[in-house]
Amino acid sequence: MTKEEKETCLWEVFIQPKNGLSHRHCGSVHASDRELAILSARNVYARRGEGQSIWVVKSTDIVSSDPDKKDEVFSSDDKIYRHPTFYDVPDDVGHM
Amino acid sequence: MTTELQKTGSLIKEFEAKIDQDEKIEPKDFMPEAYRKTLIRQIGQHAHSEVVGMLPEGNWITRAPTLKRKLSLLAKVQDEAGHGLYLYCAAETLGKSRMDMTQELLSGKAKYSSIFNYPTPTWADIGAIGWLVDGAAIMNQIPLCRCSYGPYARAMIRICKEESFHQRQGYEIMLTLAKGTEAQKDMAQRALNRWWWPSVMMFGPSDADSTNTEDSVRWKIKRYTNDELRQKFVDAIVPQAKKIGLTIPDRDLKWDKKRNKGTGGYAYGKIDWDEFWRVIKGDGPMNNERLAAKQRAWNEGTWVRDAAREHALKKQAALQAAE
Amino acid sequence: MRKKMTDMVFEGLLRLADDNLILGHRTSEWCGHAPTLEEDLALPNIALDLIGHAQALYILACELNPKYANEDALAFLRLEHEYKNVLLVEQENGHFGNTVLRLFYFSTFMKYFWEALKEQCCFEKLKKFSEKAVLETSYHSQYSSQWVITLGDGTEESNRKMSDAIINLEPFVGELFSEDNFTRESFQKDFFPELGLICEKWKAEVQSVFTKANLDLPNITLKKRGGRNGEHTEVFGYLLSDLQYMQRTFPNSSW
Repeated sequence: MTKEEKETCLWEVFIQPKNGLSHRHCGSVHASDRELAILSARNVYARRGEGQSIWVVKSTDIVSSDPDKKDEVFSSDDKIYRHPTFYDVPDDVGHM
Repeated sequence: MTTELQKTGSLIKEFEAKIDQDEKIEPKDFMPEAYRKTLIRQIGQHAHSEVVGMLPEGNWITRAPTLKRKLSLLAKVQDEAGHGLYLYCAAETLGKSRMDMTQELLSGKAKYSSIFNYPTPTWADIGAIGWLVDGAAIMNQIPLCRCSYGPYARAMIRICKEESFHQRQGYEIMLTLAKGTEAQKDMAQRALNRWWWPSVMMFGPSDADSTNTEDSVRWKIKRYTNDELRQKFVDAIVPQAKKIGLTIPDRDLKWDKKRNKGTGGYAYGKIDWDEFWRVIKGDGPMNNERLAAKQRAWNEGTWVRDAAREHALKKQAALQAAE
Repeated sequence: MRKKMTDMVFEGLLRLADDNLILGHRTSEWCGHAPTLEEDLALPNIALDLIGHAQALYILACELNPKYANEDALAFLRLEHEYKNVLLVEQENGHFGNTVLRLFYFSTFMKYFWEALKEQCCFEKLKKFSEKAVLETSYHSQYSSQWVITLGDGTEESNRKMSDAIINLEPFVGELFSEDNFTRESFQKDFFPELGLICEKWKAEVQSVFTKANLDLPNITLKKRGGRNGEHTEVFGYLLSDLQYMQRTFPNSSW
């Protein structure tokens, strides 16, 4: 039947819907190189005119935090002094 | 050893707590092997179905009767390729490569929805597929947008959004045919006769015979059982058929006020499960042709994929040499 | 518009629309059969653009000729000799490399054609339309050139297959640039651009892509021609029997 074949790279696709917004992850494509990756990303994820800029990044180039260490990495949600409601300001000062 | 077991035990508890609280599971989170396997199987089958599903409809692109219909059909079949692609990507986050999945499809090892093993002899089949098959698919897919596995749920949200025109496209074709000449009406009715029972079967075996339902429901991969979805489908389609003057080919079809916990629903005739299993096992009208078409495309494309990989390597080497 | 002018514009719209429709038809035949799933999206995407262009142009054309009720009458109900597309676009697809090479040839030609129309065209509606068409067509040219480079440079086998495709398509390329009474008159009247100029740009671009692809650009001369006069190759009849099947089998029906 079919011979053994090597998989092409996986690329993560980010689309910026319009100026002023950030690029947002929307999925991935397979492609052998960056030129074909960006063409495929456009065909797959922008065929309804969803956006004005595309980034593709090799999936293997993304460095991610360890999910098992989630608590260590994201342990600062107890720092209540980082939030505006921590500080008392008289009501009649108005919006601040 | 014990500690290892204890650790796994507590991970499973954590996982189940997340599921109970409707939290999403993400690729790098712990998940029980059975959950991963169930997802890979289901997402893979779903992806294969989209990809094979391009063939029966693609069959009519060059023969579509008007430019408008040709463009809608092309867009729709193209969407299916896109949906297959989103789903393969979702499955890849579980550690299953696209290449593996492709090989499993091409070798006949992986299953895809049996509905695509039926032929599309007339233009009306394109209408019937959009109306019934996409209608059934949407019933299945909308609850999957809330599936517990994040990447699958996200792919499904995208898919459902894009598919919203598919069923309308099909129904509009049927409506136009049903209002048309005698020959067109006849074409529409014949297509409905062909596609009705296979569509009803699309929801899979009845709950009593379904082996995978229980776990899938508990893990919130599936939100409704096969029979619940089937009932929803029949209840939705029957009035739509009536509206355009087509007859559902089921003499036992009648209103039953006891259905749907007493709110009423349609009782339908006995499903021919022998046919269902026969087609699944490979003996449907088009099983061989569909697989052969995918194999041919893949084999004829080998030199293209080889060249693309080779070209990428050469470029990389040139880049490194320049540095 | 005066009768003579109307006839000329109608003829020009048909030439453009038929080229786009027939190449769109051929491209759509790939749907579900491409070498990768990514290409299974790309090719129908391009077919959609091409057939969409044809549709828009037929709509403009039938406004000028009461003989045709709507765009479908033009697309589906003419006789073989009434189609004015070049022979290049009606040829069978062949392998993927042959398909992308033809697409590269055609879309690069069309890109410069639309660009010229955007600058100057006495028929305002077409001038307007070319603004959108040039964007999509440039993308087709970019997409196909990338594949020509990839396949030309890739493996020995792929380079050989591309060289075969060049030989296979070579006799049909000249017709894109061939002059006749219509092209001369339409240039004189500021309706269509001069083909010689487009040919120069086309050659330069194809040459630069072929250099990257390790492929040789053959000398382009006028060999096979006839499409513009409605004289088609044998394969065209089969294409029409697919395209026209429904409209011919069930005349006077709505779809």
